[in-house]
Amino acid sequence: MFFIKLILRNLLRQKLRTGLTILGIMVAVIAFCLLTTVVNSWYAGVDAAVAKRLVTRNAISLAFSMPLSYLNRIRQVDGVQAVTYANWFGGIYINEKNFFPQFAVDAESYFDITTYYRLSAEQKKAFLLDRQGAVAGRKLAEQYGWKIGDVIPLRGTIYPGNWSFVLRGIYHGAEKSTDESTFFFHWQNLNETLKKRNDSRIDQIGVFVMDINHAERAAEISHHIDATFKNSLAETLTETEKAFQLSFVAMVEAIVVAIQVVSFVVIVIIMAVMANTMAMNVREREREYATMRALGFGGGYIGALILGESVILSLSAGVLGVWATLPLVDLIGEKLVSFFPIFLLSQATVLKAFAAALVVGVVAAVFPLASVLRHRVGDGLRSMG
Amino acid sequence: MSAIVEIVNLGKYYRRGEQIVPVLNDINLSIREGEFIGLMGPSGSGKSTLLNLIAGIDRPDSGSLRVGGIDIAGLSESELADWRAEHVGFIFQFYNLMPVLTALENVELPLLLTDLTRRQRREHAELVLDLVGLHDRSGHFPHQLSGGQQQRVAIARALVTDPTLIVADEPTGDLDRKSAEEVLELLERLNQEIGKTIIMVTHDQRAAAKAHQIRHLDKGVLSEDQPFLPDV
Repeated sequence: MFFIKLILRNLLRQKLRTGLTILGIMVAVIAFCLLTTVVNSWYAGVDAAVAKRLVTRNAISLAFSMPLSYLNRIRQVDGVQAVTYANWFGGIYINEKNFFPQFAVDAESYFDITTYYRLSAEQKKAFLLDRQGAVAGRKLAEQYGWKIGDVIPLRGTIYPGNWSFVLRGIYHGAEKSTDESTFFFHWQNLNETLKKRNDSRIDQIGVFVMDINHAERAAEISHHIDATFKNSLAETLTETEKAFQLSFVAMVEAIVVAIQVVSFVVIVIIMAVMANTMAMNVREREREYATMRALGFGGGYIGALILGESVILSLSAGVLGVWATLPLVDLIGEKLVSFFPIFLLSQATVLKAFAAALVVGVVAAVFPLASVLRHRVGDGLRSMG
Repeated sequence: MSAIVEIVNLGKYYRRGEQIVPVLNDINLSIREGEFIGLMGPSGSGKSTLLNLIAGIDRPDSGSLRVGGIDIAGLSESELADWRAEHVGFIFQFYNLMPVLTALENVELPLLLTDLTRRQRREHAELVLDLVGLHDRSGHFPHQLSGGQQQRVAIARALVTDPTLIVADEPTGDLDRKSAEEVLELLERLNQEIGKTIIMVTHDQRAAAKAHQIRHLDKGVLSEDQPFLPDV
């Protein structure tokens, strides 16, 4: 108790310095948590990927489509249990700022496979019965104040013209980390409109999504599917849902790496702030530590005092930083839902922040401690403090 | 009485770059148990260095140094720390109290190195604080005490472990005349009533007057024994 009391009282000796150090570390911890959360949000799709799910796209790129006729041939591949399909729509809601992902999907099968999107039976039925119907995620509906029955106009970019949909369902994510900001409507609606326009993209599909019976057979089944369409006009590339999601992250890999580097730099900054504070604290108390050593306290006791002070200071700042990050993450997640559909402070990020704070506390104590122990007691006693 | 400190041909040198600077030369000194000895001399004469060597916070480069029959120069750092905790009470010119601890906690501090329980530590510290007449100031922090009171707390801290010898480095050097007198009277009482062996470095003639014998150091050389002769 005496030991803890001594550490805590030493911590509160220079209140302004301690306060500013805590504030500095807090800001750095907040920055670290937010940057890590940004990186995590890019990987959210990867993390949510189902092991037994494959995605087939055109082998050239996602911008190219595949014929609908592939559907039945994929269904016939051994190991494939269910197949659905989707097209990226890319429409604009009122203006370009209101970005959110929109997909034309096979209404009959899409929500049977993507079970992480929870849609009530009643709303699903209403969606199926209305060819002009649409389903939006909870966050998206909240963001724009949409209610069931509202008409949602979209201006097509890939598929030009003015499109309007009637909101028939609002889905909820099965997990907290499930995306709730996507908009779905009938692929048949899109296809029929294209037929009326005599568009060349009739009966074309962006991606096929399928569930397979065993995750271990993913490579074999993928190979089988791609072999089926070898030498056709639209050769395919089949990969796991995880690999498919990773290919999107790879597009922004340089940014992700840059953010990770900045996160690391933030930790180095915290370390410098802490080391400076501890160096000042210890330098001022050189005579006190020398007195304690003269009284018979060993290097271990003095070391524990300095280390304890440094670790308590950095961990307190770490806890306060994480605590201050929570409302910020909620606020950012709410305001930037279009850019970061899943913006959650993960347990792993919190643990990383605490671990960083702990490491910072230990490292910041090492040099001042070494300095104290290196000095002879007699010199320390002569120091003016 | 038997000699508690026995110093034979002791030498201490410091290195300044390539140069070796002698601080203490061929010191021979014997201090008996219960003695009150004053070390005097000009600045830089080696008084504090000799005191530090006797107190085990520095090591001699030559000669032998036995305190309480133990060759302390042969002890390891941790053995020396344990020895200091058990056998030496320190009184410093600037008191060297922990500013974040109360008077009572400062006195209790050295007892953390003993096996005493928290309650026993408190009782011992209160007893000694009472002995130096500061029982009513036990909850005060050093900055709330006068210089004289702080030095008395430091004396209580030096006494609380019942050490074999007390070393005092200019104990009145930072005090006004009245406080200095009180502190010196206290040291005299400790020597006369409890029989504590005290080695005191001082520039102060009044302080030296309390000692049984005065030894003068000049340029690292110790003079012959001489009883205190007050200035006229």
